[in-house]
Amino acid sequence: MNVIWFALFMIGIVVAAATGRIETVTEGVLNGAKDGVLVSFGLISVIAFWLGMMKIAEQAGLVQSLAKLLRPLARWLYPSVPSNHPAMGSLIANMSANILGLGNAATPLGLKAMRELQSLNGYRDTASTAMCTLLAMNTASLTVIPATMIGLRMEFHSRAPAEIVGSTLLATLVATTAAIVLDRFFRRRSIGKTGA
Amino acid sequence: MNVVATVSAFALPVTLATILVVGLVRRVPLYESFVEGAKEGFGTSVNLIPHLIAMMVAVSVFRSSGALGFLMGVLHPLLNRLHFPSELLPLALLRPISGSGSLALVTDLFKHFGTDSFLGRAASTMQGSTDTTLYVLTVYFGSVGIRDPRYAVKVGLLSDLVSVIASVWAVTWMFGK
Repeated sequence: MNVIWFALFMIGIVVAAATGRIETVTEGVLNGAKDGVLVSFGLISVIAFWLGMMKIAEQAGLVQSLAKLLRPLARWLYPSVPSNHPAMGSLIANMSANILGLGNAATPLGLKAMRELQSLNGYRDTASTAMCTLLAMNTASLTVIPATMIGLRMEFHSRAPAEIVGSTLLATLVATTAAIVLDRFFRRRSIGKTGA
Repeated sequence: MNVVATVSAFALPVTLATILVVGLVRRVPLYESFVEGAKEGFGTSVNLIPHLIAMMVAVSVFRSSGALGFLMGVLHPLLNRLHFPSELLPLALLRPISGSGSLALVTDLFKHFGTDSFLGRAASTMQGSTDTTLYVLTVYFGSVGIRDPRYAVKVGLLSDLVSVIASVWAVTWMFGK
């Protein structure tokens, strides 16, 4: 991250100097800083509203309701985790929170699942196959309502801020399916290699 | 195609109605819970400010200096052959690395091409459909002291690639070019 940030700045400054347009750097800095503040403030409305609704969803126990439906899927995804182990409960809760778009709730549940998977893990500093699957599910992160993007589009006066919900849903479904397939593929391959 | 457009229009209202009805049935104090949750929204947005300023200043300098235009010029012929819009490449590359960085790039695209253009929609979809892979990997593995992530990095980055391609495809299919 340091490198990228430095590179964006330095390349910008060098190019501006080389092309004799050094004044564009100052302009860029001032405009960028202003936009950063405007966008953050603009997002307060949508983020606050969404977190408010999510608090209701959380207290209504929607995570637990969805967890019941997801249990068979989770057993299939994590064959190495015994189905009555506490890790299975956390894995399912993490998946439910992700699907409901409860990012704030999903992370602590995911980290709890990691601790419980670590107790099943034979090697202290090497990831287990179940951990790799958990990471695949969380990096792809199935998203039903992309609230931040709807908010940002509103701020830039989109005629239909929510029109990207459908395309986002399609893309996230394809990507999550790909993550599951890739995870299976690499898992088989690594098990074949080590014989364990 | 109409089905997807209908899903887009109904997704948010249906989600809100479901949450409210289930909340009411399960006797959640709706109003109080909402206010309690919404309070966190202010802090979340304010915490975003330094990150967004940092990234937007860097992106803005990179663009206004002409460096971005130069990079696009170099990459355009290659990406054109792959039918990938070169304006989206920086976003595709930064998405797995930094959430605030890619949000800055999406904002930049909105400002220059509008939210309802092909690029605006594709950028929205790319940003919204996945999480910041390297951040998630660091936090999850770091929390239990795993140093060898095995194939998890590969799986995360490859599915990001799939997500980018799927986003461009989904937007093209739904809205046309």
